[in-house]
Amino acid sequence: MKARLEELRGEALQELQGVETQQALNDLRVKYLGKKGALTEILRGMGGLSAEERPIIGQVANDVRAAIEAVIEEKAAAFQQAETNNRLLAETIDVTLPGKKLPTGAVHPLNKVAQEIEDIFVGLGYSIAEGPEVETDYFNFEALNLPKNHPARDMQDSFYVTDEILMRTHTSPVQVRTMKAKEGMTPVKVICPGKVYRRDDDDATHSFQFNQIEGLVIGKGIRMSDLKGTLLQFVQQMFGEQAQIRLRPSFFPFTEPSAEVDVTCVQCGGHGCRMCKQTGWLEILGCGMVHPRVLEMGGYDPEEVTGFAFGMGVERIALLKYGIDDIRHFYTNDLRFLGQFARI
Amino acid sequence: MKVSYQWLNEYIELDGLSAEELAELMTRGGIEIDGVESRNKGVSGVVVGYVKSKEKHPDADKLNVCKVDVGTGEELQIVCGAKNVDAGQKVPVAIIGAELPGDFKIKRAKLRGVESQGMICSAKELGLNDKLLPKEQQEGILVLPESTQLGTPIGNVLGIEDEVLELDLTPNRSDCLSMLGVAYEVGALTGREVKLPSTAIHDTVEKTSDLVSVQVLAKEQCPHYSARYIKNVKIGASPQWLQNRLTAAGIRPINNVVDVTNFVMLEFGQPLHAFDADKVPGGRIVVRMANEGETIVTLDDQERRLEPHMLVITDGNQPIALAGVMGGANSEVTDATVNILLESARFDGGTVRKTSRQLGLRSESSIRFEKEVDPSRVIPALDRAAKLIAELADGLVTEGVVEAVSQSVEPKKISVTLERINGYLGTELSSLEVRTIFGRLQFPYAVGNNDEFTVDVPTRRGDITRAVDLIEEVARLHGYDNIPTTLIHGDAIPGSLTKPQAIRRELRKRLTDSGLHEVISYSFTSPARTALFPALTDGAKAVKLAMPMSEERSVLRTSLIAQLIETAVYNRNRKNESAAIFEIGSVFHTDEEQLTRLPQEKHRFAALLTGNKSETQWNSKAAAYDFYDAKGIVETVIEVLGLTPKVTFAAAQPEHFHPGRTASVALETPAGPVVIGYVGQLHPALQVEWDMADTYLIELGLNALYEEASADIVYKALPKYPAIERDIAVVVDANVAAGSLTAAVEGTAGELLESVRVFDVYTGERLGAGKKSVALSLVYRHAERTLTDEEVTALHGQVVQHLEQTFGAELRK
Repeated sequence: MKARLEELRGEALQELQGVETQQALNDLRVKYLGKKGALTEILRGMGGLSAEERPIIGQVANDVRAAIEAVIEEKAAAFQQAETNNRLLAETIDVTLPGKKLPTGAVHPLNKVAQEIEDIFVGLGYSIAEGPEVETDYFNFEALNLPKNHPARDMQDSFYVTDEILMRTHTSPVQVRTMKAKEGMTPVKVICPGKVYRRDDDDATHSFQFNQIEGLVIGKGIRMSDLKGTLLQFVQQMFGEQAQIRLRPSFFPFTEPSAEVDVTCVQCGGHGCRMCKQTGWLEILGCGMVHPRVLEMGGYDPEEVTGFAFGMGVERIALLKYGIDDIRHFYTNDLRFLGQFARI
Repeated sequence: MKVSYQWLNEYIELDGLSAEELAELMTRGGIEIDGVESRNKGVSGVVVGYVKSKEKHPDADKLNVCKVDVGTGEELQIVCGAKNVDAGQKVPVAIIGAELPGDFKIKRAKLRGVESQGMICSAKELGLNDKLLPKEQQEGILVLPESTQLGTPIGNVLGIEDEVLELDLTPNRSDCLSMLGVAYEVGALTGREVKLPSTAIHDTVEKTSDLVSVQVLAKEQCPHYSARYIKNVKIGASPQWLQNRLTAAGIRPINNVVDVTNFVMLEFGQPLHAFDADKVPGGRIVVRMANEGETIVTLDDQERRLEPHMLVITDGNQPIALAGVMGGANSEVTDATVNILLESARFDGGTVRKTSRQLGLRSESSIRFEKEVDPSRVIPALDRAAKLIAELADGLVTEGVVEAVSQSVEPKKISVTLERINGYLGTELSSLEVRTIFGRLQFPYAVGNNDEFTVDVPTRRGDITRAVDLIEEVARLHGYDNIPTTLIHGDAIPGSLTKPQAIRRELRKRLTDSGLHEVISYSFTSPARTALFPALTDGAKAVKLAMPMSEERSVLRTSLIAQLIETAVYNRNRKNESAAIFEIGSVFHTDEEQLTRLPQEKHRFAALLTGNKSETQWNSKAAAYDFYDAKGIVETVIEVLGLTPKVTFAAAQPEHFHPGRTASVALETPAGPVVIGYVGQLHPALQVEWDMADTYLIELGLNALYEEASADIVYKALPKYPAIERDIAVVVDANVAAGSLTAAVEGTAGELLESVRVFDVYTGERLGAGKKSVALSLVYRHAERTLTDEEVTALHGQVVQHLEQTFGAELRK
């Protein structure tokens, strides 16, 4: 009986070796291990064995069953694997076809730059003040030490609505409004962003409408050196740690002393290039100590407090930052232009 | 102001300081130099020659063959085509090897068979500016004065071995509209001394007061008028050196008298005027305001109609000059002039400015008067000019000045302490350093207790009126670079955005994240555009600019979408057919025809969708924008602002919107519901007119939204008990709004209804004409227990019944 069992094992294993399909495997399982299978058939003869032989033959039968089952399991797993592989192969797609992008719109580059500047100053403890774009002559000029007939009014030919009302030519009137609203309280620490308007023929570098951001600080003991320190902090955050500033004496009716501020050329890092006309510097800011007349008209005593102010053109900075060659792009809003700013 | 380096050198030693270095020094000191230009445009090898003889060219009518001596002993044969060439002239000769502007090299040549060993040059060929040449030099070769030395390089004769600094002056530094002013500035920067020109006059016996009288009636507009008299002048060309000076400064030489007045104006910054004394009857000068309707023919031969605010110089009868602006033709100095009445005066800047503006007449003179001249130079300039006229025109100056002075000006005294200077600038300057700076500026000063400086500010620096002006002088001469960089001391205060600022940022972020591009359009637009959408202007008028640049940009925008349409059309014309854009900005409304107060500036949000929201891709079809895309944007904005329960949409027919595809947006405010804007399709007729695809527009007022927006997020506990969902489909008349169905459902179902959602709308033949089916999904839930099927069924039954009764709805099975 043992010999027949061994023979069965040999026969089954041989037959299993040639199996190619799951179905054939199932058939062989039934054939050898099923209720009416060959193994069961042989074991029916167990009744005729002696008590000593029975456990021995039982052991052999179990071994044979286990050996056959092991091979069947192994084969089944292999078939399963192959089937899975085939299925996945069939599911293959072309991963080079384009995906479905999330929509991406762009903040207008001028606002993108303005927000960046605002964030820097908010981080330095400034709040953001806003005011009307249509202003009175008083707030736009007179309260800024530019009385009627002042020669400096030449510098900014304006769009008047009436003799007393005009499109603001700078955001400085917001500074005056801020001072008046503060009623002599200190400190004042604001920036004033917004649109301004000057009579200018439009070309690649001029626009009759543009954006400014101005800053105003008033307090006890504010020094010109604080102004320099503040501007240095700003340009290093805006243009990188390597950026330096250079102040040149200049004139604005509302500040004294006044200065134009140059920043290390963003293109060449100060070595000299076409953008900076070989000087290594780019002019981007105007600034100065608030003129005592302006403090007085704003309700402050220039003997008690001092202050500084600065201003910059957002377009100018955006042009430099992105290397844009024509200021008109900002206002014609070609989608192919705007779309370029839909990223960090 | 153009400043000749060589000329400046006469008033201050420039040794060891090149023109470029000087420019840099001045720029860093606050006088910006726009450029440094060489006066020599590329001339070399051109020398003064003498034309010994001139003969006709044998084979060319228009050419002459000249024998020319250039001082080398050798006689050159030169063929010349100029009509005015003649024997006995001194002329500029470009010899073989010479170079002329434009990289033009002179070579040995044959002209119609005759050898030419060089070229006789015109002024133009030497690179001189046409516009600055005296009339006689504008054509033909340049004929030099007989006294010119043979063989001299022409550069020395014409003074073009020189560089010109172009000063870009800020309005406060009009003191540098004179060579002396510039010299003082350079003196302050370098510590070198300023050399003043001579004003000494050797008088004749005759007295000016016997020949001239001056009466000023308009004292406020003319605080000082002075005159001199020069007899027996011979009008002629100025000497070359004088012409060179003027040309370098950009002024055309005219004759010796006029040239001197211009020369001295450039030296002192004091404009002068020379009258032909014999055309001023009795030498009588009366300065007064012009009479209404009075006219004068100015030196440029234009008749000018005068107004009473204009100041004129008269002969007691009629105007002979427009004070400070331009002289009159009736008293002009001509070749026949023998006696000169010379004027040096101070006219009020504002008056001159207004006159010059109104007549469109800006002159070197008016530019200087506008910015106020130095009162202390009126007489020195007069003397200097009289002296030079006498010298150059061979005249005699009579004795004394005739003048009328109603206001004399003393140097201002201003005090400032060292402590104040250092406190203001953040510097640690010593008293000595400050003394040195005032010394270099040539500002007399005294030092009192506590290092208090009391400075006598010279009248030439009219811009210095307060202590801070002195501090600025100290700062710029100390060098802005030498001011330290410090941080503001005192408590740091946190910065922040206001609520509207934060809301605008959030909207920008949401909208761009949803694929819309932000635009910034012009605030100026055409009246036609402001009239397009009256529903968005609240009955207001547009603000008109007094002097617009064009009709297209003559008024302020009253809505944003009118501008967005312009932007969309611009893009469509550039093949950007589809657009999703938005703008956040101000519109301007007024109820006044002529503004007496500021207009209302309203913050608006607007968007425009046109064309396709997505293009055909391999796995999806193109889809066009529709009304619900636009409405969805509004709903999202409202949702983000926490205002969904306060906003309602209702069908509306505002002008120039599609009458069937537009909704008003109303916001519940404490004062009741307010329509804050519209969302809808552009009227198809306008779409056709502008050749646009279906275009959807949104415009909302932000001010009310700022007020109502809620930034408070209050957490609601997540539901603990299950919901029961019931769907119904009802057939109603097609004109029943889905919004009224959902509102009715909400009203009937009460608190147990968690949400109602329209999930299908269907129209079709099976329903019959004028009918539609609306499918709703209702979710019921109780916060504290599980709802039973029975109670939901009962409640749901009421809902259905209500719909049936209210809308004649039929339940679809």
